[in-house]
Amino acid sequence: MGAYLLKRAVQAIPVLIGISLAAFVLIHLVPGDPAQIILGAQATPKAVATLNQQLGLDRPLVSQYLDFITGAVHFDFGESIIQKTSVGGIIGSRAEVTLLLLLYSVVISILIAVPLAIVSALRRNRPLDHGIRFFSTLTFAMPSFLLGLLLILFFSLQLELLPTSGYGDGFAGHLRGLTLPALTVGLYLAPVLLRTLRVGVIDTLGTEYVEAARARGLARPRILFKHVLKNSAISTVTVLGLNVGFLLSGLVVIENVFSLPGLGSELVSSIVNRDYPTIQALTLVFGVSVVVINLLTDLLYAYLDPRVRL
Amino acid sequence: MSAEASAGETLAFKLGGPAGRATAARLRKRAAGERRWAKATLWAGIAIVVVIAFVCFAGPLLGFADPNQQNLTQALRPPSLEHPFGTDTLGRDILTRVVYGGRIDLTFAVVMTLIPFVLGALVGAIAGYRGGWLDTVVNRLVDTVVAFPFIVLILAIVTITGPGLEGAYIGVFAVGWALYARMTRGEMLVEREREYIFAARTLGYSTPRIVFRHALPNVIRASIVFSMADIVLNILLLSSLSYLGLGATPPSPEWGALVAEGKDVLLTAWWVATLPGLVIVLVGIGFSLIGDGIADRFGRDFSLTGGE
Repeated sequence: MGAYLLKRAVQAIPVLIGISLAAFVLIHLVPGDPAQIILGAQATPKAVATLNQQLGLDRPLVSQYLDFITGAVHFDFGESIIQKTSVGGIIGSRAEVTLLLLLYSVVISILIAVPLAIVSALRRNRPLDHGIRFFSTLTFAMPSFLLGLLLILFFSLQLELLPTSGYGDGFAGHLRGLTLPALTVGLYLAPVLLRTLRVGVIDTLGTEYVEAARARGLARPRILFKHVLKNSAISTVTVLGLNVGFLLSGLVVIENVFSLPGLGSELVSSIVNRDYPTIQALTLVFGVSVVVINLLTDLLYAYLDPRVRL
Repeated sequence: MSAEASAGETLAFKLGGPAGRATAARLRKRAAGERRWAKATLWAGIAIVVVIAFVCFAGPLLGFADPNQQNLTQALRPPSLEHPFGTDTLGRDILTRVVYGGRIDLTFAVVMTLIPFVLGALVGAIAGYRGGWLDTVVNRLVDTVVAFPFIVLILAIVTITGPGLEGAYIGVFAVGWALYARMTRGEMLVEREREYIFAARTLGYSTPRIVFRHALPNVIRASIVFSMADIVLNILLLSSLSYLGLGATPPSPEWGALVAEGKDVLLTAWWVATLPGLVIVLVGIGFSLIGDGIADRFGRDFSLTGGE
């Protein structure tokens, strides 16, 4: 286990360095002088020089990169150009929305995908299975923003059950505000989970130990819950972990559709407003989170399934 | 489908007797039904894609004029015979805009699937066949690229290029090849140990001839199936970026941009956002059905919707 852990951790290092370089180099690859772009064409040369100095862009690249990394370790990303407050503070105050939405979406996605995958596997190549597979094809082809708008149209405007946008007040208000966004992201993620789980359940049903359990005359529900579901739980966690990048892109889009004050909507508005320090910080935070979660997933999987370590 | 059915048939045959024969007949009938279903899936997908692509690219010949033609007296008209998809806030015909937007989305999706496919398959096939240091380098590179969170990379590139199609093109080009390389390499590692490759080598054929003429057709099947899903993912990527205002910009009739234009009038004019959106869904279903149909024809577990 130790050797495997070390190997995987070492593999993650070039990716992490790549992400930090991408986040750092971003501001330098923008055509033209970033300070001039931020301040606009009318800015005086003096103002441009001051901003360049404030952003540290007048110093050698290597020392800028080292400062960027040292700052990042202390969660210090400088000051937002638009909001004039610390980028670390902005991220801290907005992370809650994104994390809550992420958890809520994952719960909804599991509640949709796991039962459907089991039913689909048990009735494979029957009408019910074809129906579930069509549902999975449909949700896969559906752009997440369109799904969000359709749900708003139905639940908010027709039935007037849930708010069209916003985060609400208090925990209950947050949950109410996040229900439609979480349903959207949950449905967006569901086909990915569903496909992998269906194949997983079919494989498990064909294994010798399930055959043995059947031969011993164990009741079907007991086999299903004890053997099949236990395996499905492991693969659900793995599929979720490996698709965290896919999940993240759904979150970025959906936060914008529902005007939620999370990290994804912050990233998009920073790109539109050319708020480079914020973009750099969010690129780093998102990138590192995805890599770390992928790594933890691999380690968990290796822990649960010893064959991987070989 | 067939693996399960044939296993059942073998079982039924072993059981013997009338009961066994009856089971075998039933399983054969079911398998035949599944084959017909798979064929129908493939052709339905091809029909959807061909019809939509034809209308989009033959647009002017079919009487679809200028997608940016405004007519303020005709603003926000619901779907009718004259305007099958209705009109938007500036009185532009939405169906015409969808037709011209399709050129942008379909071109992007197909080109940005094809180039990474060819590039990735070449790299993967050569690395897998040659082995050694080349394979190690390619493998490391692929691992790094695949582990890099895609959405983060795309948004970083868009920050540099500014809103527009370039960001999406560069981003997909930088990352897309890696998955094809991984799949082709994996298949090649198995394939190069096969007897026919050994035979070709014994006959003195050159390495390029063995790799490209003999092995390649057998190692790109998983890639072909995946490429259909990849086309759908590319359409979703471009339309999502445009929806966020980071891809195609107004007055471009790109499909995601059309949905974004309609979201502010969702309450009063539902058709502006939803009808272009449903065309995206239809195209996506079309390509997914083709992918399923091809996977079924190849007969191994390549299917993306989990069909055996």
